[in-house]
Parts: sequence; structure tokens; C-alpha cells
Amino acid sequence: MLIADSLTFEAGRRSLVKNVSFSIRPGELLLILGANGAGKSTLLKMLSGEKKPTRGLVKLHNKEISNYSPSLLALNRGVMNQQNVINMAFSVSEIVTMGRYPHYKNNPSVNDTNIILQVMELTGVKDFSERSYLTLSGGEQQRVQLARVLAQIWDVPNALLLMDEPVASLDLQYQQQTLAIAKMLTKRGFMVISILHDINLAAQYGDRILLLKNGRKWYDGAPAEVLSSKNIYEVFEIDSDVYTNPRTLKHFFIPKDVKITS
Amino acid sequence: MSKKTGLYILLILALLISAGLSMGLGAVQIPLKEVIVILGKKIGLFSEMPISIQHEGVLNIVRIPRVILGLLVGAALGISGTAVQGIFRNPLAEPGLIGISAGASLMAVIIIVLEATLLASLSNIMGYYIMAFGAFAGAGIAALIVYQISRTDGKSNVATMLLAGIAINALAGALTGLITYAADDQQLRNITFWMLGSLAGATWETVISLLPFVLVPLLLLPRMGKALNAFSLGEIQAAQLGLKVNVVKRNVVILATMAVGAAVSVSGIIGFIGLLVPHTIRLVIGVDNKHVLPASALFGALMLTISDMICRVIIAPIELPIGVITALMGTPLFLYILVKDKKKLVI
Repeated sequence: MLIADSLTFEAGRRSLVKNVSFSIRPGELLLILGANGAGKSTLLKMLSGEKKPTRGLVKLHNKEISNYSPSLLALNRGVMNQQNVINMAFSVSEIVTMGRYPHYKNNPSVNDTNIILQVMELTGVKDFSERSYLTLSGGEQQRVQLARVLAQIWDVPNALLLMDEPVASLDLQYQQQTLAIAKMLTKRGFMVISILHDINLAAQYGDRILLLKNGRKWYDGAPAEVLSSKNIYEVFEIDSDVYTNPRTLKHFFIPKDVKITS
Repeated sequence: MSKKTGLYILLILALLISAGLSMGLGAVQIPLKEVIVILGKKIGLFSEMPISIQHEGVLNIVRIPRVILGLLVGAALGISGTAVQGIFRNPLAEPGLIGISAGASLMAVIIIVLEATLLASLSNIMGYYIMAFGAFAGAGIAALIVYQISRTDGKSNVATMLLAGIAINALAGALTGLITYAADDQQLRNITFWMLGSLAGATWETVISLLPFVLVPLLLLPRMGKALNAFSLGEIQAAQLGLKVNVVKRNVVILATMAVGAAVSVSGIIGFIGLLVPHTIRLVIGVDNKHVLPASALFGALMLTISDMICRVIIAPIELPIGVITALMGTPLFLYILVKDKKKLVI
């Protein structure tokens, strides 16, 4: 279980995140949505332990995250970052192998190697596993990074997976695939928290959606509750119609045209 | 046999052969066979075979220490180049770049010029080692300054680190230039020769004064392959994999400084080995630091042994500074990487 208790993050005089509290249980997929600058990434960085909250605390499995040693934390949570810049020509499989670094000292075990192959297959990077990372397209690189993070926590029960816009440069197929993988992980007991921009994708896969506005929690609930024209207008300032998919009974939204008067 | 094992075997063989050849080259030519016999006698082999006393003397006093010095300096420059590039996450970073060499050379020049007068008493106490310690201290101070400047909020910024290195290089260069005005003719010649790098000063004392400073990094740096690999993902990503990023960075910087500072102190500035060597190794066996680190040490030793042979033979009996040879080989490569990767290289 992960508990975020009254998290506040201040940079200088500005508060980027204000008093945000929520918790997530094993098996849940929580998606964080909000406008640019709403504090989504800052919130995620506090959850991952990268940034220390100005006030409040994060507890993972009943232990405060700042009390974890870096290596123990690495065995319990993986982070998929928004920006990944690599300058050295590592092969895809070498990068994915780095995900297993917390688990072995000198050489990967048979189990490590199996996991590496499994996650490369799952993320669809196995076909180019010996190619240099530097020669890949943005979307392919992102899938390799996902594979690396999955390898890190694959065999850890109730592990926490944090993702910051994991589908940003992916095509439609891999957007769906990535969220489907996240969903599948929750079935195995993972806790997954991901920042997304696509509301429909969030409604399609999320167990819960957390809306952030100006650093505050605006709404936290099931997609069906969160996804309303009113909430969308209040958080994103656009008009939209929300419908129900007759087959899945899930909500989806269609934005109305934005009029620019010149 | 894997490509990596093959490379290790090839490097070691080439190293042994070139070291043997190098010992035979010079004003007194000694054939490789005789070199092997003389070396063999030292460990109790070939005791019945006759050798020339004169040849044995030349080998003992001049050639063996010179070749060993070349091996140590080359290994030190090769492995620290790889390590520094790992920390900087940039294949263009070279120990010279963050001011380590410039700091070392500044201190060495100060010592050359002031040794006879101001530093006389210090020089009496420390004797031969004053140069080694001075250059090492200069290297350390330079690295420390660059490292401190580049740190904000407990993290160090690689772009700032590189720019600070440029500044330190310029400052040390200016101060070095200033000090040379106080030098007499003989000192100037010393400084020039030393600034271009040379193994000509090799004696057993130099070898022994260098040995610990090179052995420690040579033993410890290869253990950091995994950490440096994780580093290449990014500092944040490495931390997320459980790495104590700042500890790793500090240790690598200290070890690389130690190796480069000590090497500079005995042989002057020998440029581009730290760039040339890791790059070539990566082209052959890939970029996994677990292998690039040890292979860079071996290849660095080989490159320097061969360069030393070239600079002794090419216009014999006059000797070229070795830095001229390494710069002639290294600069085109540096420019090539720069042009090839200018779109890709992000700090």
C-alpha cells in the first residue's frame, strides 16, 4: 500500500503541490490528469523519493519512503521517466538488463535473463534487442525504457510502478499496449500510478483518476464519476460532451471546438 | 571464444611483444631474443645462456623502467578516460577536459621554476617525489574546484562541470604562461619538453613513485563498470536503480584524478590517450563498461608503448615528445566524433 499524506512542495515562494493526500492499494491503477503546470510531475517525484516534500510524507508498505535505502527502494518501485537521454551506444538488451542491476552483483542469474527476455517480448522490443539504443525512434526508445523498468520490478510482489507520461511518443497501438500492460500488472498485485494526458485512455483503463488543478487535488474517484463535462471544464477549461460507450459502459469525451476570435 | 575474450588475449599478446621490442630499440640495439633471455634470467630461466653484460646494463638501467613507465602511464590514462566519460555520460569527455591535466601541469611548472630558489628546503625533504606530489595536488585541486562549482542542491550538473573545466583550463594555462617568464633558458627547455609529454625521464625511482597511484585506480575502477553503465541512463535513473549517485561520482573522480595526476607528474601532458583508447575499444566490443574499463587499461598501455617506440625511432637519434605523436593521432578522431555526433550529443 502507498499512502501520500498531505504532500506539499514549495519551490521558493511558489507552491507546486498543495496538501495532496491519497492512497492506493495493490491491484489498483491510478491515473493522474491535469493541465500543464498542475504539479503532476512534482507529485510523482515526491512519490518516487526523488524530491523531498516540503511538508507531508509518503509511506510505501507502511514505511516512510525517506527511510528506505536507495537499494531497498529500487527493489520495491520502478520509475518510468518522461525524459531519458543516453549518449552511449548501448544495445537494447544491455539497457533492459540494467533494470535487473538491483537484483544481482556481478552477473545476471538465469532468472534475471528469463525476466529480461519476457519483458522485451511483452513490450515488443525483442526483435531489435541487439540494435543500438541510439538508432531507435523515439517511440521505440520509450518502449525500451518501459521494458527496463518492468524488468526491475517484475518479480517483486506488490511493487510500485510510477510512470510520467509513458505514452507521450507512442503510436496508437503501443499507447493501448502500454496501458494494457499496466492493467495486467495490477492483476498481479502491482500498484501502478501514471500521469496521462489522454482522458479517454484514462477512462478506458484506469481504476481511479486523480485530477490535479493548480497543485491541489481536484477530484479523486472512479472514471465514471470523474469524467463529467463539469470536471473537465473546471480542470482543463474546455467544453466537451461526455458519452457512454454502449458496449463497455465506460465514459468517453469529445471536446467541443475552441473558438479563437482575432 | 567470445569477441571480448579474443580482444583481451590479443591485447595482452600485443602488449608483451611491443614491450619486448621497445626494450630492444634505441642507440644500443638489442634483439628481441636477447631481451627475452635477459628477462628470463631474472626469474631463473635460461641460466646457461650467455648474454652481453653491456646489454643487460642498458636494459636494467634505461629500457625496462622506461617501458614499465609507459605501460603504467598508458593504462592510467586509458582507464581514467573511460571512467571520466562514464561519469560525464559523454564519450567526448577527457580528463584533460575537466582541468585535471592543466592543474597538474601548472603545479609542475611552478615546481620546475621555483625548485632551485623558493622551494629549496621542501625539495630537500621530499627529494625526487616533490614533482609527483605537486602535480597530483594540482590535479586534485583542479578537480575539486570544478566539482564544487558544478554542484547545486547536492547534485552535480554535467554542463556546468564541463564549462568549469574549460575555465580552469584557461586559468591554469594563463598562469603557466605567466610563470614561464620567470624561467631561465634551461628551465624553459624543461618546461616545453614536459608540456609536450615524454617518457625520457624514466628511472626506477619514477616507476616506484608512480606505481601506487596507478595500481589503486587500476584495481578499483574496473569494479565500477555496473555503476557507470547505470550512470549512462542518467543520474536520476541511476539513483532510481538504487545507486548512490554522489558516492559513485566522488569515488570515480578521486580515482581518475589520482591516476591522471600521477601520470602527468612523471611524463608531462600526454593528450588524447584518454579519448582515443576508450573510443576504439567501444567500436570493437561495445560500450559495456564492465569490459571497456579493463580493456582501456590494456589498450592504453599498448598505445603508449607503441607511441613511445615511434617517437624514439622516427628521427633517431633525436627523440620526439610523445605528446606530439598522441595528439597527431587523437585530434583527427576527436574532430571526427564531433562532426559525426554533433546532432546527437546532448549533455
